[in-house]
Amino acid sequence: MSKGGLNYRLVIFFIAIIFAVGFSLPTLLQTQKGPKISLGLDLQGGLHMLLGVKTNEAIKSKMKSIASSVKFFTDNNDIVIDELRINGDIVTLSLLDGDEEKHLDDMLKKIQGLQVKKDKLKYTLSLSNKEKIATKKFAISQAVETIRNRLDQFGLAEPNVAKQGVDKILVELPGIKTIEQEKRARELIAKAAHLQLMSIDEKRTDQANSMSEDEARSYGDRILPDSRTPNVKHIVKAVPILDGSMMSDAKVGFSNMNQPVINFTLNSEGAKIFGDYTAKNIGNHLAIVLDNKVYSAPVIRERIGGGSGQISGGFSVKEAHDVAIALRSGALLAPVKLLEKRSVGPSLGADSIKASMIALISGFVLVVLFMILYYGMAGVIADIALVVNLFLVLSVMALFGATLTLPGMAGIVLTVGMAVDANVIINERIRELFREGKGVAKAVEKGYSNAMSAILDANITTLIAAVVLYAYGTGPIKGFAITMSIGILASMLTAILGTLGIYQYLVPYIEKTKSLPFWFGVKRVK
Amino acid sequence: MQIFSKDKIYDFMGKSKAFISVSIILILASYFFLFTKGLNYGIDFSGGTIVQVKYDTKAPIKKIRQSISKDKMFANASITEFGSPNEVIIRFATSSDHVSTDAGDKMKNLLEGTGNFKIRRVDIVGPKVGSELRKKGIMAMVMSILTILIYVAFRFEWRFAVASVLALVHDVSIAIGAIALFQIDVNLDVLAALLTLLGYSLNDTIIVFDRIREGISETRDLNLFNVINDSISKTLSRTLLTSLTTFFVVLTLFALGGEIIHSFSFTLLVGIIVGTYSSVFVASPMLKWLGFDLKDYKAKQVAKEKRKIEKDKARSMYEKGMM
Repeated sequence: MSKGGLNYRLVIFFIAIIFAVGFSLPTLLQTQKGPKISLGLDLQGGLHMLLGVKTNEAIKSKMKSIASSVKFFTDNNDIVIDELRINGDIVTLSLLDGDEEKHLDDMLKKIQGLQVKKDKLKYTLSLSNKEKIATKKFAISQAVETIRNRLDQFGLAEPNVAKQGVDKILVELPGIKTIEQEKRARELIAKAAHLQLMSIDEKRTDQANSMSEDEARSYGDRILPDSRTPNVKHIVKAVPILDGSMMSDAKVGFSNMNQPVINFTLNSEGAKIFGDYTAKNIGNHLAIVLDNKVYSAPVIRERIGGGSGQISGGFSVKEAHDVAIALRSGALLAPVKLLEKRSVGPSLGADSIKASMIALISGFVLVVLFMILYYGMAGVIADIALVVNLFLVLSVMALFGATLTLPGMAGIVLTVGMAVDANVIINERIRELFREGKGVAKAVEKGYSNAMSAILDANITTLIAAVVLYAYGTGPIKGFAITMSIGILASMLTAILGTLGIYQYLVPYIEKTKSLPFWFGVKRVK
Repeated sequence: MQIFSKDKIYDFMGKSKAFISVSIILILASYFFLFTKGLNYGIDFSGGTIVQVKYDTKAPIKKIRQSISKDKMFANASITEFGSPNEVIIRFATSSDHVSTDAGDKMKNLLEGTGNFKIRRVDIVGPKVGSELRKKGIMAMVMSILTILIYVAFRFEWRFAVASVLALVHDVSIAIGAIALFQIDVNLDVLAALLTLLGYSLNDTIIVFDRIREGISETRDLNLFNVINDSISKTLSRTLLTSLTTFFVVLTLFALGGEIIHSFSFTLLVGIIVGTYSSVFVASPMLKWLGFDLKDYKAKQVAKEKRKIEKDKARSMYEKGMM
């Protein structure tokens, strides 16, 4: 053992103090710059959702768009087909013109992952298994991307959207203030924003309100409600002219009557399809369909070039704004469903912070006083280590950009109780050595070495529990595991290395004063 | 200040049968409560919905019940005060998977007219997530016990590992019994508390075991009882001190930490008491009953030492040969 004065342990301890205080300041003072601990949603309030994706719907919608392109192709090449039907994830059609068989087959071959079964001239189209898996996968990553885009444009601070596991989506929205705001965000996320331009089945318009879904399907039609008055039905061809995937922009505008509307622009491919279609169907009705509701069904008066259109349907300004966002960021290929939701109001979060701060401070004061009462100066030294430990936990969390949750706060509170443990073990060992009549320097040195194996084994086992907790825990529980682990590791540095450094520095003074009650709270035994 | 007199050796092992009987009674009682009362699974594990509502004045529970029972979905909802008379938790077993409209929205409409209120929390856990969380929770429990078993077996001896794991099972059983008895909501935080308890209680046990290991190598006494008594007595003040400081802290968490953290701190409070008890009175006698034999152990240690010396010798000869 050194003869007092500065030693390497003390130097490391000082560096640790500077590091700990330096990196916790941005968090404690809430400065603009520097690494800070962010508060979890349970403390600052916000919305946490785990969403699932109904991937089967993605396959269905893919088949629908394949049907659209078959229709476009046959119309343009004057190939006569009949009974083009969409049935879940299967599309059937019959080719009337046998001479065109090769022509149609060549076109179908070009569609990736399409399985074609032919019974003479009756075609059954479906996706191959490989393509189905790929489509499902794509639907999930597309949903993540789409929801992220929508929330980015919604104007909330730091939305977090991430894929979780194989088929789940995690959405975290801090900074949601009211339940109304939360609902609006949820509606924006869930909106399919599936825009379709469809043709009204002119032959059967008068039966729209009387026909059943099944009957309509047998004609290759669908019955869709009107957006303003859901009792009014429209009968449209099931195969759409084109869909929102060919849209390039959507903006909120105002109609002549000063009603909010959404103006959309199609990309060049969409514009061509739309132009060709309108040219051929002058006098017929066109249905503008959003999420399976007919917003308007105007008559086509002339060929519409340029590829722009308008959705009007009695939106409020807010609604129009959200719909435009949803359309711009693209449709959800597959609808999402709610698996888990946690929403905490900001006032509740503030209450939790207050309550846990009170617990932290009072627990801290109790432990600090107790240690001084029981161990005298040795208790003060342990308390110094404890304070540094707390700062270290804060600084390491800030550096890693960790999130502090309510269970995380509990973890810090618990660390206060457990971090002094190492010093309790050491002090008890030192007292034992005094009883055996050892001198101060010898007692301190042997006390530390005797205590070491117990402290290490005990801390490592607790660390194991914390790591397992992290691996299998979810959300806020992970936060608890993190603060616990950092607390344990930091306590090894402060409680073992730091306090030993202090003792080594102080030993000559302690030997001079010979006041064991003052330094260790114990009388020397002869 | 000192609590325990300096050199007194207490006879723990002499009374070990009495202590173990207390433990067995407690464990049996725990399982009795577990099977008769059952665990009160919260929505994290059973799935369902909770809505936390805070009123400006005392919450009108009767009125709330009347208002929400208009919707069949909430017919079996339970309404309980939460933390203060102004605040209630409405809980029901169903959960909808609609993203855009959920139970919280419906609840808000139904509660209109019951007073001035604010919805502060809406938690929805779907049945699939609930069962997944339960599976993960059990996995976490089993995995941590297994890894601890391996670590202790590696650092000490297999009997130490088995004894400490039995003590852990003892602690967790009694804590779960208390949870069943007081019908605490079992949520993720209770699971976290139980896992913390595993680490904490083991911590205590390891420190006693470490002392026993040290005692064995230092003494010529071949009586295991004496070694154990000596080791427990020497670590007693540490065990109690650390338990006390941690107990203080958890007590403040329990008393001042707010309603949300209540079940967590309750579990830990019970856990710290039984954990301390088990590391002193249960884990060590277990060593004897598992057939731990001092002579054997010492002989093995000596053999180990010899092997090591021989290995070193062989290595140094080999190295010399290489030179």
